[in-house]
Amino acid sequence: MNWLSWGLRGYTLLLFVFVFAPIFFSVIFSFNSARFPTIPLESFTFHWYQTIWSDPDVWTAVRNSVVVSFCTSIIATFLGFCTAYTDYRYNFRFKGAYLALVLLPPTIPLIIMALAMLAWFSKIGASGQLWSIIIAHSVLTAPFAMAICRLRLNQMDGDLEAAAWNLGASEWRSMREVIVPFCKPAIVSSLFLTAAVSFDEFAISWFVSGLNKTVPVLILEIVQGNIDPQVNAIGTFVFLVSMTLVIIAQLFFTLRHSKVL
Amino acid sequence: MSVPNNRPLVVFDKVSKRFGEFVAVKALNFSIDAGEFIAIMGPSGCGKTTTLRMLAGLEQPTEGTIRINDQLMNNVKPHERDTPMVWQSLALFPFLNARENVEFGLKMRNQDAATRRAKALDWLERLGVAEFAERNVETLSGGQRQRVALARSLVTEPRMLLLDEPLSALDAHLVIRMQSVLTRLQRELGITFVYVTHSQSEAFAMADRVVIMSNGEIAQTGLPRDIYREPASRFVAEFVGLNNIISGKVIGSTDGIVSVDSPIGRFTVGSVSAAGGQGGSSVYRTGDQVTFVIAADLVEVSRPQPQADNVVVCSLISEEFIGSVVTLFLETSDGTELKVQIQERELETLDHTSGGTFYLSWRQGNAHLLPS
Repeated sequence: MNWLSWGLRGYTLLLFVFVFAPIFFSVIFSFNSARFPTIPLESFTFHWYQTIWSDPDVWTAVRNSVVVSFCTSIIATFLGFCTAYTDYRYNFRFKGAYLALVLLPPTIPLIIMALAMLAWFSKIGASGQLWSIIIAHSVLTAPFAMAICRLRLNQMDGDLEAAAWNLGASEWRSMREVIVPFCKPAIVSSLFLTAAVSFDEFAISWFVSGLNKTVPVLILEIVQGNIDPQVNAIGTFVFLVSMTLVIIAQLFFTLRHSKVL
Repeated sequence: MSVPNNRPLVVFDKVSKRFGEFVAVKALNFSIDAGEFIAIMGPSGCGKTTTLRMLAGLEQPTEGTIRINDQLMNNVKPHERDTPMVWQSLALFPFLNARENVEFGLKMRNQDAATRRAKALDWLERLGVAEFAERNVETLSGGQRQRVALARSLVTEPRMLLLDEPLSALDAHLVIRMQSVLTRLQRELGITFVYVTHSQSEAFAMADRVVIMSNGEIAQTGLPRDIYREPASRFVAEFVGLNNIISGKVIGSTDGIVSVDSPIGRFTVGSVSAAGGQGGSSVYRTGDQVTFVIAADLVEVSRPQPQADNVVVCSLISEEFIGSVVTLFLETSDGTELKVQIQERELETLDHTSGGTFYLSWRQGNAHLLPS
C-alpha cells in the first residue's frame, strides 16, 4: 500500500463526508426534540415523525409524488426504450439531429425548462394538473431511460433479433420474445431511476404543480414558513425513498448479466 | 419429402445483391438439390454469407430470383420461411436456458408447452446435451452451445438447414468432432445442408459438393476432389490446397501432351483431365500463353538427380512443420518459389539441413493445365 493509494482513499472518504454530512445531520436532527437544529442535542424523539404522520398535507403530497413518479417512470421508460431501439435498429436521414433533440432536455437548465413548461401548459390550459407534472417529468427523464436501454442494446449480439425471425418470429413477436426480455434489466433499472429523479425533482414541480404539491414543493413551503424540524423528518423520508430507488436501479443495471430476471 | 426428385430444392437465377455501390453478389446462378450437403466456400467478402442470408430472407436480392421448392422467395419474410440457420455467433438467447432456446421455434409455431418440451428434450438428447437442458446457455462450453444451437435449428424439422461458419469459434479438436456430428445428422435426416465456410478442411471433409466463390461470383462448383485436383482457375488454385502455379508458352502439343516453356524450365503437361473435362490438346497452339498447376503434395524431392522429365533444380529456403506433414519452401536460381509437401519421416532421408541442391520432379499426369 503506497501513499498514493492511501491518499486516494482519504480523498474518497472526504468526498463522501462532504456529500453526506448535511443529510446525516438532517437525519440526526429529525430525532432531536429541540425546536432548533443546535448542538448539544436534546432528547431523542419521534415527535416530528408523529407530526408529519398526522398532517394531511404531507399525505397528499406523498400521494401526489408517488403517482407522479410512478406514471413518469412508465412513460419515460417506454419513450426511452423506443428511442433506444430506433437508434439501435434503424439508420435514417437526420438521425444525428434526432438523437441530439432526444438527449437535449437534461442539458437545459431546470429553471428555464420549468418556466417554459409553465408558459406552454398555461397556454394550452393544462397547467396546475398532476398530469402536467407527469408530462414535464417524462420529458426530463426520458433521456436517462434512453441512455440505459441503449447501453443494454449495445451488449446484444447483433444476430439475436435475426435469429428470432429466422426461427419463425414476426418482428413484433421477436420484439416481445427477444428484445424486451433481453433489455429487461435495463428497463427495470430505468423504471427505478426515472422514478427517483421524478420523486426528487423540485423546480419543474414547483412551477407546474399549482395546488397539487409534490413532496419537494411541500418541503420548500414548510421551510419558507418557519424553521420546523418536521422538515428534517420529511427530508429523511425522501432521502430514504430516493436512495432506495437509485440503489435498486443500480443493482439491476450492474447485475444485468444475472439470469435471475 | 415432397420434393420431386428431378427438381432442385433451391434455384438461384441471376441473383445480384448490391449494398449501395458495393456489389456483394453478381448474377449468381446455381441450384441445390434436396438432400445435398453443399458447402459455399471463399475468402471473406466473397459474398458467401450474403448468399446464405438471401436464402434465409435476411437480405433481399437486388436483381434475379430465388426459388425454394419452386416457390418464388424474393419477398417472403424471414419468419415466413422454413430456413433455420446456425449462426457464426450461435445467437443463442442468453435469457433462456438450453431447453427454452430449443423450444423457441416451436413456440413461434404456437405448439403447446408439453409438446414443445418433449421435442426439445428429445433433440437435446439426440445431440448429447440433454443433461444441460435446464442450464443457462452462457454457462455451457463452446461445443455444448454449438449442439444446443443445432438442436434449436433442427427441432422444427426443416427441409433445409443453413450453417454460417458454425465451427469457426471452436477449438481444432472440437471442430473435427462436430464435423462428424454434422455429417452424421445430415445423412440421418436426409435434409439439405447449406454450409458457408472459409475453411477448406471443413468444406472438403463434409460436403457432397463445393461451391467456390470469389468477388461475388462462383469460381468453381464441383466435388471436393475435383476442385482439389483440377482447379478451374488461378484463383481456385491459389485458394484451395497448396499449389505451385507455373506459367509459360506452348512449344508443342501432341497426343494430348502439351510442352510448356517456362522461366524455370521446360515441362510436359497432360491437357486432358482425368475427369475428361478440359477439352482436347487441339485447344493449345504453339505460342499460346498457358498456366499449369502442380500440387505441392504431388511433387517429389530428391538429392541425387532423378531420371525423369519435369525436373527443377532448387535450393531450400525454409520448412514449415505441420505435424505428420512438412512443407518445404524452395527457390529456383531465378527466384521463383516452389512448395513441396512431404511426410515428416521422408524428411530425414533428405539430409535437408546441409544445404546444397535439391531436385524437384513430378509425373506429367499430375500437373493440371488451367483452362485459358
